[in-house]
Amino acid sequence: MVLDRPEVDDSARAAPPAGTAPRGTAVRFALMAVPVAFFAVFFAYPVSAIVSRGLHHGGGWDPGRIVATATRPDILGVLWFTTWQALASTALTLLLALPGAYVLARLDFPGRRLLRAVVTVPFVLPTVVVGAAFLALVGRGGLLDDLWGVRLDTTVWAILLAHVFFNYAVVVRTVGGLWAQLDPRQEEAARMLGAGRFAAWRSVTLPALAPSLAAAALMVFLFTFTSFGVVQILGGPTFTTLEVEIYRQTADLLDLPTAAVLTLLQFAAVGTVLAVHARIVRRRETALRLVDPAHTAHRPRGAAQWLLLGGVGATVAALLLAPPAVLVERSLDTPRGYGLDYYRALFEVDSRGGSFLVPPIEAVGNSLGYALAATAVSVTVGGLAAAALTRRAGRLVRGFDALLMLPLGVSAVTVGFGFLITLDEPPLDLRTSWILVPLAQALVGIPFVVRIMLPVLRAVDERLREAAAVLGASPLRAWREVDLPLVRRALLVAAGFAFAVSLGEFGATVFIARPDNPTLPVAVARLLGRPGELNYGQAMALATLLMAVCAAALLLLERFRPDKTSGEF
Amino acid sequence: MALLRLEDVGVRFGGRAALDGVDLEVPEHRTVCVLGPSGSGKSTLLRVVAGLQRADRGRVLLAGADQAGVPPHRRGVGLMFQDHQLFPQRDVAGNVAFGLRMRGAGREERARRVGELLELVGLPGAQRRAVPTLSGGEQQRVALARALAPEPKLLMLDEPLGQLDRGLRERLVTELRGLFGRLGTTVLAVTHDQGEAFALADRVVVMRDGRVAQSGTPLEVWQRPASRFVARFLGFDNLADCTVSGTRADTPWGAVEVPAGAPQGEGTLLVRPSGVRVGPEGEGLAATVEARTFRAGRVAVRLRPDAGPGLEADCALGEVPPEGARVGLRFGVGETVVLDRA
Amino acid sequence: MNSQLRRAVGTALATALGATALAACGGESGGTGGQDGGGSTVTLVTHDSFAASEEVLKEFTEQTGYTVKVLKSGDAGTALNKEILTKGSPQGDVFFGVDNTLLSRALDNDLFTPYEAKGLDRVAAEFQLDGEKKRVTPVDTGDICVNYDREFFAERKLEPPRTFADLAEPAYKDMLVVENAATSSPGLGFLLGTVGAFGEDGWQDYWTKLRANGVKVVDGWEQAYNEEFSGSAGGRQSGAERPLVVSYASSPPVEVLYAEPQPEEAPTGVATGTCFRQIEFAGLLDGAKNEKGGKALIDFLVSTAFQEDMPLNMFVHPVVADAKLPELFTEHGVVVEEPATVAPATIADKREQWVRSWSSIVLK
Repeated sequence: MVLDRPEVDDSARAAPPAGTAPRGTAVRFALMAVPVAFFAVFFAYPVSAIVSRGLHHGGGWDPGRIVATATRPDILGVLWFTTWQALASTALTLLLALPGAYVLARLDFPGRRLLRAVVTVPFVLPTVVVGAAFLALVGRGGLLDDLWGVRLDTTVWAILLAHVFFNYAVVVRTVGGLWAQLDPRQEEAARMLGAGRFAAWRSVTLPALAPSLAAAALMVFLFTFTSFGVVQILGGPTFTTLEVEIYRQTADLLDLPTAAVLTLLQFAAVGTVLAVHARIVRRRETALRLVDPAHTAHRPRGAAQWLLLGGVGATVAALLLAPPAVLVERSLDTPRGYGLDYYRALFEVDSRGGSFLVPPIEAVGNSLGYALAATAVSVTVGGLAAAALTRRAGRLVRGFDALLMLPLGVSAVTVGFGFLITLDEPPLDLRTSWILVPLAQALVGIPFVVRIMLPVLRAVDERLREAAAVLGASPLRAWREVDLPLVRRALLVAAGFAFAVSLGEFGATVFIARPDNPTLPVAVARLLGRPGELNYGQAMALATLLMAVCAAALLLLERFRPDKTSGEF
Repeated sequence: MALLRLEDVGVRFGGRAALDGVDLEVPEHRTVCVLGPSGSGKSTLLRVVAGLQRADRGRVLLAGADQAGVPPHRRGVGLMFQDHQLFPQRDVAGNVAFGLRMRGAGREERARRVGELLELVGLPGAQRRAVPTLSGGEQQRVALARALAPEPKLLMLDEPLGQLDRGLRERLVTELRGLFGRLGTTVLAVTHDQGEAFALADRVVVMRDGRVAQSGTPLEVWQRPASRFVARFLGFDNLADCTVSGTRADTPWGAVEVPAGAPQGEGTLLVRPSGVRVGPEGEGLAATVEARTFRAGRVAVRLRPDAGPGLEADCALGEVPPEGARVGLRFGVGETVVLDRA
Repeated sequence: MNSQLRRAVGTALATALGATALAACGGESGGTGGQDGGGSTVTLVTHDSFAASEEVLKEFTEQTGYTVKVLKSGDAGTALNKEILTKGSPQGDVFFGVDNTLLSRALDNDLFTPYEAKGLDRVAAEFQLDGEKKRVTPVDTGDICVNYDREFFAERKLEPPRTFADLAEPAYKDMLVVENAATSSPGLGFLLGTVGAFGEDGWQDYWTKLRANGVKVVDGWEQAYNEEFSGSAGGRQSGAERPLVVSYASSPPVEVLYAEPQPEEAPTGVATGTCFRQIEFAGLLDGAKNEKGGKALIDFLVSTAFQEDMPLNMFVHPVVADAKLPELFTEHGVVVEEPATVAPATIADKREQWVRSWSSIVLK
């Protein structure tokens, strides 16, 4: 069935009757006020403060020194490695995830929802947990070692595979989301014109997917270009990305001038990627005919499709499930055989002295609290931003769209250190307040909220709002009566995603001084940071709980997933 | 010789039979139109012939060769989809040339053929236009050109004019018929619109619930619908149960004279609207005029007889009784048909 | 609009607003400390490894009337760098956790206001690295040493190594895992230990030999200990292959403490000739809002109560002579007689250069 979505181009839809233009602009600026203020205070100001302190270091502004630093051989080496590993990771992720995108988009089989939730879990898992788990896959005694005697733990392959692990879902969701909505008869039409199965895919489906492929590739590139935890844990001392180097220069060496130059380099790279991304996303909104995904999936037919389904299942099992499964196994593996001892210990105050004045399980409560606050902030700020961006217009607004993505490309340590030197005076003396943690987490959550909400909001037919207006609804009322009911599922999905991302967020949390109530990832890191099997076992148990909470949040999302929209995540 | 032959073809979706023992032939250079309400299995029929849908039983033969296991792109048939399925990323020329490219035609040949075909469908010079800028009628023409370009042995059309407005449809139907006649194309079309089917086809096949209800030339089908279902589907509403003996049929309307050779015993009587003669009250079956619908020069008059089901009469403009008038009805012998009861 | 959703949106907005309001309150209460000169809260900025029992903190409140607010600010290096960055407008009153490897950096940046803690006379002079200036007060010591997997060596009837020199012996080939000196505090400590043992000119040769003997370098302690070291719980589960790891002298007692049931003997031992001594200091932050409270807190850090509480919370040794070590330490711990040391000023001068040349020897 064809969903009769009007294929109206930007100019046709965005142009309001002349009389209402000033008012629309005013509303948009009012909506943008909160997000703009938020980003100015909690992102732009801290980051520019720390960067400019680095650039002005030792008095005066010296462009020559910036160039000299940027062209140092070691810095160029880092830049080169960062770039090529990101390119290689992106290519590998696309290669491994595209069959998955196809299977989840086009094949109907039992466990499809579960599989879709499962592939997303790694995306929101904190790297502290994954590092250990991933070594179990590629390291000694890992799956690859058992099967073929291959060990990758000190090679760049470990980094690349871990990047696939984290970003598989980005490709599956971005590309698969669109794929599910492409009319299968387009390919059939090509076959009727004499194209074989592959030729039909290549000449019809691939071009239709190209924009979402490019968007996914750029997101993966962005995430892997700024990769921190994975490179630090799996890369060992030999492999360094810009992000890791920024962290070392700032947190370890306090070499702010070098860090500032590196930050600018990363900024430039990320800015370029985002600009390209924005262009592609805009182009994607052209006249593809989209259909209800419920009607495009079919039971696997023929040996090839079963084989593909099996292959995807095996890839997911080996690459995405095996590492977390190792954590679960270890959390149950006590000296007295398999049991729940470590889980029980999580509920006890450490009577031995220890670093927890409260039972470690309280970290779950802390995490949920922080994540809820971060979700509230993300949804409020991101939702307002998305609402303001709904009507496409002007370069300014588009720039704002890209600006919202920038926090994904800026090192958490830069933001954290920026907070330190800017939020130190009333009324913004927040450095020692717990609210800084959810605020920093929200910086990461907001881009996701915007990316999920925007396509849905834009898909709401303007004529529905006009109909409401003609029937006597004020613009606000029209929004509430027309838009909100249509987007509330997307709103829930966005909230859930922001929640899951906040839950696993580690970077910002550790770089912000905080009162002594650790979040789950921090508690896991702390338990891993001391000797003793009880500590290790509890770390594994707590990590398992973290995964369970993330997975539960994502499974819940699957229920609410809006089926007619092509949000990116 | 039959270019396409279907023998006892059956397709099941879950517990439902979409096609149930269908036999069908399409002779070379002829146009066969499959007619039926939605859900009667006509689109499935096309997909089976195209190879896009596997038949659960029966055989599909193209030029005598069994097509089992032959993939769609090797069957040499063309299919024009209901909603055209033009490729939105390609311009008009890119769409039309697609099939030629798949056959490995060179650039020059493609350009020449695209030019010819666009000329043929009445869109000369449209090569560089983008698909979304085309009107519905233009899209239909491009889709047709695209389907014709690889010169398929058999061209299949799925509701070819379904989405167009009436005026355009009527014009295009005549154009298509002329075009297929000139090119000698073998065509299998499906539609739910009887007007379209009769204007386009050399033979029509009426389908119901996955089975063939009737097939024949348009005239045959039109003149002698095989069943009450076919009659109703063709738009005939003047139907009543009857018992025939000799040339006399007993109906709720009273005794009606039927042509000699009509099937005897229980049946259904069909009276064509042109066979309902409206006269002054007191002559024949008494009835009241309920409503009048004007159709270019003729008027369809809905009548409520004092006995039996409602009737529709086809009157000339000058002879139309006013609404509410009492009239008498007679039936012309040549315009009555006795059908099976079903 | 559906009423459930209305409620949900309402709640979300209320939460957001409430959060903002709370944040404002939090900011204020943080600030009030200094305004009356002797507010009730004293803020301790420290690294993530800091831990103290609830009882001992309560004792401080009872003695002085101040409540301690602990702010954890990242690992030791990060926490210190943050204080340098915010010099003059510190996040708290007292900073704890600068060690002898980073001390010069703190002192060169004039981070601290001099203060002589009450009871400093009970602290051995060898720990008082700032001499007469009294800008920092020693609080604890700990030794970074190579740990070995007892079972591994027992099974092979091999004598575990004792000294730095032993580690380069062919008998211990491919056995040692160390942390990256550029990114890890024990990694740096171990490098400094080798500098102390072999001298500024000799350590490079030693590391060349270590490399030839198959030393493995990983980024952090967690990885080295939990993933690579065969004597740890994580290492046993993942089939780790290296029986020697750079860790702490206190690690074996901790292994005993966190085992269920507690074994007679620790599963790991310490190579006592491979140790570098870390001394951790606390200082009164320049610009502290509650200076009086801060001084009281520093006094408390060297009090017997805190010093005796420390070992089982942070697994370090007290610096005051009268503090009794817990049984766990006397039973399973080792006495490191002659740890390697390097003067803080030399460390400050040469640290980066050493780390660079170490990287080029070991990592390239």
